[in-house]
Amino acid sequence: MALIITEEQKMLKDSATELLSVKAPISQMRELRDSEYSPFNKKLWEEMVNMGWTALTVPENYNGLDFGFVGLGQILEETGRNLSKSPLISSILLGASALRLSDNEALKVKLFPGLMEGTSQLALAIQEGKYHQSSIFNTQAILKGDKYVINGSKTMVIDGTTANFFVVVCQVDGNYSLFIVDANSNGIKVSKKILMDSGSYADIIFKNVEVSAENQLNIKLDGRLLLDQLMTISYSGISAELLGICKQAFDITIQYLKERQQFGVIIGTYQALQHRAVILFSEIELCKSIVLKALQAIDENDTDALKYAHLAKAKLCKTAKLVTNEAIQLHGGIGVTDDADIGFYLKRARVAKQLFGDYNYHLDQLAKIKGY
Amino acid sequence: METKISVSLSDFRTETRAWLEANCPESMRQPVRDPFDLFWGGRNAKFNSEDQRLWFERMLEKKWVVPYWEAKYGGGGLTSDENNILTQEMTRLGCRKPLYSFGISMLGPALLNFASEDQKLHYLPQIVEGKIWWCQGYSEPNAGSDLASLQTKAIDKGDHYEITGSKVWTSYADKSDWIFCLVRTDFNATKHNGISFILIDMTSKGVSTRPIKLISGKSPFCETFFDGVKVPKENLIGNLNEGWTIAKYLLTHERQMIGGIGETDVKKEVHTTALEKLSLNSSGAISDGVLRNQISDFEMDEEIFDLTIQRVTDEAKTGNNSGALSSFFKFYGTELNIARHELLMSIGGSEALFWGENEKKDGDLARKFCRSKGNSIEGGTSEIQLNIISKLILGLPTK
Repeated sequence: MALIITEEQKMLKDSATELLSVKAPISQMRELRDSEYSPFNKKLWEEMVNMGWTALTVPENYNGLDFGFVGLGQILEETGRNLSKSPLISSILLGASALRLSDNEALKVKLFPGLMEGTSQLALAIQEGKYHQSSIFNTQAILKGDKYVINGSKTMVIDGTTANFFVVVCQVDGNYSLFIVDANSNGIKVSKKILMDSGSYADIIFKNVEVSAENQLNIKLDGRLLLDQLMTISYSGISAELLGICKQAFDITIQYLKERQQFGVIIGTYQALQHRAVILFSEIELCKSIVLKALQAIDENDTDALKYAHLAKAKLCKTAKLVTNEAIQLHGGIGVTDDADIGFYLKRARVAKQLFGDYNYHLDQLAKIKGY
Repeated sequence: METKISVSLSDFRTETRAWLEANCPESMRQPVRDPFDLFWGGRNAKFNSEDQRLWFERMLEKKWVVPYWEAKYGGGGLTSDENNILTQEMTRLGCRKPLYSFGISMLGPALLNFASEDQKLHYLPQIVEGKIWWCQGYSEPNAGSDLASLQTKAIDKGDHYEITGSKVWTSYADKSDWIFCLVRTDFNATKHNGISFILIDMTSKGVSTRPIKLISGKSPFCETFFDGVKVPKENLIGNLNEGWTIAKYLLTHERQMIGGIGETDVKKEVHTTALEKLSLNSSGAISDGVLRNQISDFEMDEEIFDLTIQRVTDEAKTGNNSGALSSFFKFYGTELNIARHELLMSIGGSEALFWGENEKKDGDLARKFCRSKGNSIEGGTSEIQLNIISKLILGLPTK
């Protein structure tokens, strides 16, 4: 398959560029932050629903569009460019994907409509310590009668304060299971945390939370398999957002180099700065290729999809760090002021890097996959 | 009018595969150890083996020495789809090219784009038949990165030019029959506008060469000197004083080759070497954690760089392409190759330092490491590539 986006995917991307640059530019993100860190703009979320973005990756037999993850990736890239805030990552990239991968038909029928309409939101509760990993979980689900009882604590739950349901990753008898848990269940304590990207995250404590066995996402399906596939989607999707962040931080910086004057000349004429800019350009060229490859691999059920996802997240984490750091430095003093937008890219990049594992984690996983 | 029998591409593939299997000798399917083992053609052409002769003659008869040139120039007239299939099938079987020649890779494309029809009909078939070994005269001792400041002069003497000056980094000049050269024909014009592209017979009176030894040892590079060399006027390619256009075209072409586009040999993965040579911990991971990370980081970039070649090639097919991207590939590809050799030296430890006394047999690793240092210099330094990208892609202003 050619490593380019199709005409339809390009049209979707263009429509996302248009909507987000007008309705959800970085100024909106700034306003949300300045009004007591509001999580997202509800009108924008309605627009996204009307555009069909919440149904993009939902299968057709549940009335979704089944347009694929390359499509969703194009939108996430544009949200990265504009730093647009919405539950698209928590509820659609993560939540709807968990449901899509599940073999629990009843849950799909029950939850997909609300997700697509944007009236209910899912949030994925997976991380437990300071770092992402997907092999050991202390959160336990124990079967008692026809119910599971969940005990444990989760952190870094994206939009955990506004979600109606959580997808909770648990250890069950030495394997893994994912459960849909109503946010209003007894025994759940949600604490809001604002991170440096001005986003709302949650620490959640589950204390003897009872969940019907019917809420288990993997019935016959191996929990490990479901988790691996969900992680493949997560790594690739966040990488798409990071790509948008890199591209926009770079574009803003190049524009600045073409305008700013010192010593009577435009600073972009200095070779020292030009070469640094071209290194960023080159790394972003590589990023474009691996993000598209990782997204295509999901849509094509490529057996190497997880490897490409690790490659994407490793490369994007490394490049996003480089690009956002250099963007600030190339701006000079204005770059460290709150008045300039460029700092928001640095801050969002730092959070997106940690979400679902930073460069070190993914590099290590790649070495393991290759057997060294 | 001849009727061309239309053969579907899959039939073409089947036939090509069968023909190659039947006609490419086993020894011509082995990896190349030394560029001097290859067949370069020329007036003093010498085959290193009977198989090499057979392979060249069979391919020549099949018109597949340069399969994609038009038949009237000695080519095979294949379409680009057919040529891709032939390349794929040759790669699959590991077939060597029957003839290695800067005539095919460099001069040919320049002639096709800029020469007169008479010149094409004269020079191109000779290239295909391997009759002339061509070398390239671009760089000069005082015109390296700043190529356009070259000073080798061609003075108009009525019926001929008289050429005086010197060239450097002329690969295989001591073995070549002819050289294609950039020379200054107008000393009053701005530096880019006084250059012409000319062909010179190396046996002409006043031409001499001297080989250059590198930090890696013996090399194909030479210095070439011209002392009042008489060159017929019809040897000029393209218009007088417009040689820089041809030079730019060929440099783009050269960068793509050095940067790895079109490269077909499969490189052994670095981690495979590492697993053979390094101590591993109980879970099978390389014990040296720092080196393990460096290998993983390198292989990440290497794999994604290959994907980027694929992406940009696919984009080009849809008509979406920037020629300046060849500078990006040259820059990134050579830096990766240098990083690869650094890693292989680290993995080899003190064993990798072995130099030995017999250059042909000894010190392969250390010599290749030293040779790789030239990659980011030849064909335009990495810094020159960054300048080109800055100007042509990013649109950053120049003073």
